[in-house]
Amino acid sequence: MKFAVIVFPGSNCDDDMFYAIKDGLGEDVEKVWYTEKSVEAYDAILIPGGFSYGDYLRSGAIARFAPVMESVIEEAAKGKPVLGICNGFQVLLEAGLLPGAMQRNKSLKFICRQTTLQVKNNATAFSEKYEQDEEITIPVAHGEGNYFCDETTLQELQDNNQIVFTYKDDINGSVGDIAGIVNKEGNVLGMMPHPERATLDLLGSADGLPLFQSILNHWRKSHVVTT
Amino acid sequence: MVKVQIYVTLKAGVLDPQGSAINNALHTMGYNEVSEVQTGKFIELHMEKTDDVQEKVEEMCHKLLTNPVIEDYTYNMEEVVSS
Repeated sequence: MKFAVIVFPGSNCDDDMFYAIKDGLGEDVEKVWYTEKSVEAYDAILIPGGFSYGDYLRSGAIARFAPVMESVIEEAAKGKPVLGICNGFQVLLEAGLLPGAMQRNKSLKFICRQTTLQVKNNATAFSEKYEQDEEITIPVAHGEGNYFCDETTLQELQDNNQIVFTYKDDINGSVGDIAGIVNKEGNVLGMMPHPERATLDLLGSADGLPLFQSILNHWRKSHVVTT
Repeated sequence: MVKVQIYVTLKAGVLDPQGSAINNALHTMGYNEVSEVQTGKFIELHMEKTDDVQEKVEEMCHKLLTNPVIEDYTYNMEEVVSS
C-alpha cells in the first residue's frame, strides 16, 4: 500500500507521519509537496500536524486552498482513505470534507501531553483494529483543538456513528468531548491527538499503531486477492 | 478604488474564550461595569471599484476571510480617490 504525506509550508509532523508508515507499519510512503497537482497515484492520503502557513487568518484556512488540495478533495470523493491529524484535521474542516470548526482551547493554553481517548466506533476503516470502547493513550499538542459544531450537526454525527474518538476528560472544551470524527461515507478521518507519535513503547505508547494497521487491513480486504 | 473594512465576529452561542479572559482581566482591574467582552478580527481591503465589487467581497468573506460555521461578518465600503 502506498501512502502520501502532504507537506505544506509550516507542517512539522510530516517526519513523524512518514516514519510511522515506513517503520511502524512497514509500507511505502512518500512526502508530497503542497505545489503538486495530483495525489492520484497513492492509496491513502495523510495530512500531518504543524502550523501550515503560520496558522495565519485561521488554522488550516490558507492550506485548504493550496494547489494539492484540489486533488485531495477529488480522491476523497472517490472513497480513498484521507487522514488529517491536528493541523491536518483543521485543514479538512476548512476544506469542508468534515463538518464543524476549531476554536482556541477553552483554557487558552497550548496543551502538550498524553491523553486518554475512548474508541467510540471501531467499525471504521481507521479503527477496526481497536476494541469498541477501548481506552487508548495518545498524545495531544494543540492550542486550537476546541471542536465546535451546532446541535443539529452534533445530532447527525451521533446518529451516523461518525464520532470515532472522544477524550475521556474534557481537556479543551470540545463539543461532546470529540477528539476525532469521520465523514458520512467513513473514508475521511480528522483527529486532534497524534497517533503517529505513539507507534512504539519507547515513545511512551504504541496505541497509535493500530490506527495505521486498520487503514492497511481495510485496504487489503478490497485490494489484495487471497487464494 | 474602494476601501472595504470587514469586521469578523463570532456567531451568537459560540464560546469566546479570549473574550471571557479579557472580561475577567477587566474585572480584576476594577472595571466591574463591564459585563461582556467579544473579540473579533478587522480586515481592510483596498480594491478596484467594479460593478460587482459587493458580490466579490461577499464571496471572499464566505470562501476565505471568515469561517461561516463559527463566524459572522459585516463590512462597509468607502470610495477612495487616488491622487
